[in-house]
Amino acid sequence: MDDLIIARSLFGTTMAFHIIFATLGVGIPLMVLFAELLYQKTKDRDYAVMANRWTKGLAVLLGVAIPSGTIAGVQLSLLWPGFMEVIGRVMSLPFQIEIYAFFVEALFMSIYVYAADRISAWMRILSVTLVAIGASASAILITNVHAFEGTPAGFRIENGEIVDVDPWAAFFNPSFFVAAGHVVVSAFMTGAFVIASLAAYKMLREKHNQRVYQFHRKALMLGLTAGGIFSLLTALNGHESAQLLHEYQPEKLAAAEGLFETQSHAPLAIGGYTDRETQSVKWAIEIPWLLSFLAGNSFDTVVRGLNDFPEEWWPPLFVHTLFNAMVGIGMLLLLFSIIGFIWNKIMKRNTFPRPLMWGFIAAGPLSVLAIEFGWIFACTGRQPWVIYRMMKTADAVTQTGNLAVLFILFTIVYVILGISVVLVLRYYFNRHPVIHELDKHSNDSSSNFAQ
Amino acid sequence: MTNELIAITVLWGFIFIYAVMATLDFGAGFWSMVYMNREKTKATNIANRYLSPTWEVTNVFIVAIVVALFSFFPGATFVLGTVLLIPGSIILLLLAIRSAFLVFAHIAKEYKKALTYISGISGLIIPALLISVLPITHGGFIETVDGVARLRMDKLFTSPQEYAFIGFAISSTLFLSSLLLADYSNAANELEAYLIYRRDALILGPISLLMALFIMLTMKNEATWLYEGMMNYLPWIIGSIAMFFIAGIALFLPSAKHTTVRGRPRLAVVAIVVQYFLASYAYGKAHLPYMIYPDVTIQSGFTHPNTFRALFTSYIVGFAILFPGFIYFWRLFMKDKRYLQQNDQH
Repeated sequence: MDDLIIARSLFGTTMAFHIIFATLGVGIPLMVLFAELLYQKTKDRDYAVMANRWTKGLAVLLGVAIPSGTIAGVQLSLLWPGFMEVIGRVMSLPFQIEIYAFFVEALFMSIYVYAADRISAWMRILSVTLVAIGASASAILITNVHAFEGTPAGFRIENGEIVDVDPWAAFFNPSFFVAAGHVVVSAFMTGAFVIASLAAYKMLREKHNQRVYQFHRKALMLGLTAGGIFSLLTALNGHESAQLLHEYQPEKLAAAEGLFETQSHAPLAIGGYTDRETQSVKWAIEIPWLLSFLAGNSFDTVVRGLNDFPEEWWPPLFVHTLFNAMVGIGMLLLLFSIIGFIWNKIMKRNTFPRPLMWGFIAAGPLSVLAIEFGWIFACTGRQPWVIYRMMKTADAVTQTGNLAVLFILFTIVYVILGISVVLVLRYYFNRHPVIHELDKHSNDSSSNFAQ
Repeated sequence: MTNELIAITVLWGFIFIYAVMATLDFGAGFWSMVYMNREKTKATNIANRYLSPTWEVTNVFIVAIVVALFSFFPGATFVLGTVLLIPGSIILLLLAIRSAFLVFAHIAKEYKKALTYISGISGLIIPALLISVLPITHGGFIETVDGVARLRMDKLFTSPQEYAFIGFAISSTLFLSSLLLADYSNAANELEAYLIYRRDALILGPISLLMALFIMLTMKNEATWLYEGMMNYLPWIIGSIAMFFIAGIALFLPSAKHTTVRGRPRLAVVAIVVQYFLASYAYGKAHLPYMIYPDVTIQSGFTHPNTFRALFTSYIVGFAILFPGFIYFWRLFMKDKRYLQQNDQH
């Protein structure tokens, strides 16, 4: 393997690992905030217990999210010095502003966790709001750098020199809002569905303990409601993302859809895999005219196919499968939420049938999987470019060598951290079953936070 | 002041703040390991009480340094990123393990011992590796082959200067952290812990000063340009040494709070921070204009002026917004008696 492949594998592994914890680090604070607000509104102490327990889990997850994020940030300079030289000159604003977001998140996370018993309820809510804002802002800002890689703006390269630098034009590059919105709402969706998964699982296990069952039922409803809303927003925004690709990165859309020939009334291929030899998507369900309509809101829209571009500019063709998996999971999650809503609110049933419960249990892991597919699609779909039509990934990679050993070392550490985080979470929540907290009839709920 | 000077001052400011906060952070992790088995004293509790709320904030500073480096000096980052691939990666791995296990140890009480060892030991190795960036910038350890800069590890690890820096990093980490924890336990009225940390500080202070002299000695041979530059700032260095002795005296003054013990640790902490500040100012000033001697200067590696202006604006706005947050944080964890004196273990 050459250094480029190893460098990409190493950085990809870092991101694939980090993104799980980063996503939950964005999604769960919002759920904690919802629980805190519901507690203030209903005075139902169960919501305070939820907020407390989710915060405990969040603290463990952040113990991995923060160092793995530090790795990702520094690895950019270590593995891609050529890329970071351009970023430093043109697109360093989002990184810089992200630092402030980190500070807000870190300061108020510590305050929320370690000073909860000494500050008022509203100060606590303000703190967790700032944690959620800080986390979301850092997700938005780092996604902005990713958006810039796809739709660069604010500079030109003339004879190898970077000229006409406008850092704010780079900051507000064409895909910033849509891409950042996609990452944030899908992270909120994932946080909500992970909560719903855990609650649904506990409900199946603790059927006979009414007190505990009811507690988890409230958590499930909260998770499903938030998850439903955010999966709808993710889908709407995803549609806009695809239209943006149509406008700015047509070969990426063509690869995502497995379209080779430029055409109007282009069909949408769902499922299957792209075959390079026959230039078709095998085993796919084709819906005539739909791709044109999705790309430009009319059936006459001409969608450009891969053959319009030199083959060395083609993204890898497997991105079609990744793209479909991401969209498929998103649709499935939306469906779960709608069925759950109809069942509970319209048919007024109090319990969900068992298969649906298993669907809810799957929702959390599935949304994490969709996030992974989405990121891999977004980054491999941009290849061979690291900055679209400006800089090739191969020209940005480090010349140092010795990357294979590092790849192995980092992978080992991620495996260790991944296993430990599961063990620590299991250990903690097995030792501190929720029933103990529910039994504590303390009037001062906040005193539980500090223990 | 030129743009380049403003930028390097901001970067150096971050490095200084991180150096102080990180030595406290790494040192506190080490002390909580050393005093783990002493159930009676609260020395470990004190270390943990300081460590728990601060590590995330400290960690942000390391990212802030890297971001300030590549946004202000992309040219220097290109060279540093290339040559520091291996040492940088090792630091990252240790940092990840340490931070994660610090949090795990906190939550899973029964694994505490093993986990505390991991975070304690890695906390001592990391400063040693981090400081190695400094001798690398002094020149002589980077060679360029076929246009690619490479770090000569063999040269680095046979250089007395490198070991002087490593010794200085470790002794300073332990010295500063024991001094701050002495102050912290004094504020919390934990006299037994106070006496332990005061004793540690008294032992480690002279060792770290010796290491600093050792650095100067090796620098004279290995990085003469820098040594001669620092001699131009001799008053700063003398002032720095004077602050060290003021701190020492402060630890023997009659206590302002208690009748049974001696020392004014708050005064000592302030004096030591000033000592490090003066010394690092002399070092930093003498280092200019070179970022990496002799190839990269602050001018040659500087970012685009438009980007600099935008960044500078964001710094002013950002820190204006953050300042109240820092004050609130400080009051809750460094001044609030209810937090300092609690009995349960965090």
